[in-house]
Amino acid sequence: MGKNKVYIYKSFERFWHWTQALLIFFLAFTGFEIHGSISFFGYLNAVRYHNIAAYAFIVLIIFAIFWHLSTGEWKQYLPTLEHIRSQIDYYLFGIFRNAPHPTKKTVLSKLNPLQKLVYLGLKILVIPIMVISGLLYMFYRYPQKGGGIAGLNIGSIEPIALIHTFGAFLLITFVIAHLYLITTGTTITSNLRAMITGYEELEETEGDENKSSENSDEVKSPEKKQNIEVETVLVEKEII
Amino acid sequence: MKKIVLVLLLIGLIIFLSVKLLTTENYKPTALSLLEEKYPKKETSSVDHSQFAVLQKKFNTPQEVTEACISCHTERDKEIMRSSHWNWEREEYIAGRGIVDIGKRNAVNNFCIGVEGNEQSCAKCHIGFGMTSTTFSFTDSKNIDCLVCHDNTETYVKGNELAGLPDPSVDLNYVSQHVGKPKRSNCGVCHFFGGGGNNVKHGDLESALFEPSKDVDVHMAVEGADLQCIDCHLTEKHKILGKMYSLSSMNKDRSTCEECHTENPHKEDILNEHTYKVACQACHIPVYAKVNATKTAWDWSTAGKLKNGQPYEEDDADGNHTYLSIKGSFKWGKNLKPEYIWFNGTADHYLLGDVINDTTKPLKINTLNGSYSDKDSKIIPVKIHRAIQPFDPVYKVLIQPKLFADKKGEGAFWQDFDWRRSSAVGMKDVKLPFSGKFSFIKTEMYWPVNHMVSTKDKTVQCNECHSRNNSRLAALTDFYMPARDYSSFVETAGIGIILLTLFGVFVHGTVRVFSSRKRKASPNNQNLSGV
Ligand code: HEM
Repeated sequence: MGKNKVYIYKSFERFWHWTQALLIFFLAFTGFEIHGSISFFGYLNAVRYHNIAAYAFIVLIIFAIFWHLSTGEWKQYLPTLEHIRSQIDYYLFGIFRNAPHPTKKTVLSKLNPLQKLVYLGLKILVIPIMVISGLLYMFYRYPQKGGGIAGLNIGSIEPIALIHTFGAFLLITFVIAHLYLITTGTTITSNLRAMITGYEELEETEGDENKSSENSDEVKSPEKKQNIEVETVLVEKEII
Repeated sequence: MKKIVLVLLLIGLIIFLSVKLLTTENYKPTALSLLEEKYPKKETSSVDHSQFAVLQKKFNTPQEVTEACISCHTERDKEIMRSSHWNWEREEYIAGRGIVDIGKRNAVNNFCIGVEGNEQSCAKCHIGFGMTSTTFSFTDSKNIDCLVCHDNTETYVKGNELAGLPDPSVDLNYVSQHVGKPKRSNCGVCHFFGGGGNNVKHGDLESALFEPSKDVDVHMAVEGADLQCIDCHLTEKHKILGKMYSLSSMNKDRSTCEECHTENPHKEDILNEHTYKVACQACHIPVYAKVNATKTAWDWSTAGKLKNGQPYEEDDADGNHTYLSIKGSFKWGKNLKPEYIWFNGTADHYLLGDVINDTTKPLKINTLNGSYSDKDSKIIPVKIHRAIQPFDPVYKVLIQPKLFADKKGEGAFWQDFDWRRSSAVGMKDVKLPFSGKFSFIKTEMYWPVNHMVSTKDKTVQCNECHSRNNSRLAALTDFYMPARDYSSFVETAGIGIILLTLFGVFVHGTVRVFSSRKRKASPNNQNLSGV
């Protein structure tokens, strides 16, 4: 049972991930200044910066959608009920016993079933809601006065603002849980390192029983740097 | 690794550039630059009135001056006699009332209440000669006082209690030879002193505006554009734009900021969008009564106290009356933050004889209409003058007491200090029944604040309204405003899930650390590490 350094997160994916992280953090920060919870940039600046970051976020999302579609990576997020139980059991019990991860991370399936569900929810629910409510917030006009987009004549901003605010709370909740859960990889930092460098040590074989990986000490053994180039080429072939 | 640094640099650059691009320090709207070019150029008069023979013959009465004026400026007298400055009333349409003539004859205020029976002294601010309570011809053009508005020498003054005639010391020939367009000093002698003293009524119109600094008013500042009243209150055929909603009711003939500055004067879109719902004045007049105090409250119910049988007065440190036996108690304020209301340009008024339906809450002497959902409404700054004034609890109407008289015994409150008697006489003068009973009721009068516009750096900042606490707009609760408003449900739910998650992370993490330590301590005993 060997471990291999595998090129799992492509450079665009990492760029997208970190930019998105930065933007969401920045949007949340400026957003909650607009919300009246904190004050830091000054109100007008907070609004200005929130708007700029929002546009940047939308551009990034468009690129990301294109990337997901063209690489087929979108399939990673197809939800599955298989192993959901065991994944939950793992987080609730197994993890404390140092039990093995119930699903194996591979290049073709880098997300566990819970991640698939949650990330899919973010992609098709929370983020679209944030973008749409945010754009409405930006472009709504009072019913009677023209300007802006004539069709967007909204009597009161309140429902939009409340949805946008609740979405912001959800995203912050996600970030907290996310930050914690990335420490539950093979080592505390292996997931983080993977998202920074792109490489992660993964089990060589797939569909294995994985009994032997209970010996967590193995992780500490010197890295077997073998044929990374070859591996990468293989991986890329698989994706294409 | 190199790539990451590059990407970070790129992101940094983008942020830096966008912030740089959005900095607006030196922005000046074109409209404003044009105005600054136009206004400092002072007009010179095209005629010299001192050359005219008709103005050189000796004037014995002010009416002779008026005749001389009209001999050249024919038809102007007719314009004047159609104006509210002359008639002291104008025709207004008020929803629910129809077309009514509103003016000093039938309107009431919550300062000195009304002019009825007090014309002799009030006429000091009428543009006519000879107005007393019994005699005045509104059709005799000789009684027009041209000079009070057109004197450019600042020497023309009306006499005290002379029914509108000039003070005998005035040199009518000198004044009539030096006439021109009205200046701040002409308008100011009346409009700065409404309510019987400097700045008493408006709060934003006072003697400091004769020669203001930029801090007091950017437009009228002597060292700035030095605008005169009529530069904004554009006038044609003696019809002057702009009016006060203490008496006006209709959304027309208004003098607006937009007439010079356009509707979208800001560089920042988000600020221009505010102008849909927020009047310019709301942000650009952060405080009023900047130099001298204005009256904010007047309690008539304490009037009439005497010391040794004599009326007396009490003043505050600034010399403002806080108590007068003839008028009651006052409150004053300086550097006041306005209150804010929705206003669509139409108003209703309490008119003499109107029955007060609800005597438990303050009566609005003038009601400025508007609300968030009304498309024509904007948020405007107002001074609200609050009073406690006499009313008839049986007929439920405000009382117009007789206040002024030359001597005791005519029922005038300022002579006899007898509410019942002065109410009876006053109500008889305005031909309204009086039950013989009097009481006092709280009233509010709304004075839009339009002057004393501040320099740009003193403009109301976003977070003075957009804030949880002390929002200037705290009283306007009929709409959602970011930062001020939130839903306690969303807030509780949102903070709730965050706290739950943090708690979950904490418990989970603690157990993880704990169990892995145990495992390490006894690597061979896997059973111990279960939960
Ligand atoms: C493309 C995405 C987004 C757009 C277009 C957008 C746009 C806006 C706009 C226009 C406002 C109102 C600002 C104003 O008052 O002028 C706003 C408020 C706000 N935004 Fe966003 N936003 C986006 C994403 C986010 C994200 C990701 C977060 C947080 C994680 C967030 C948090 C907030 C919050 C908390 C407020 C204050 C809401 C309130 O109190 O009414 N926004 N957003």
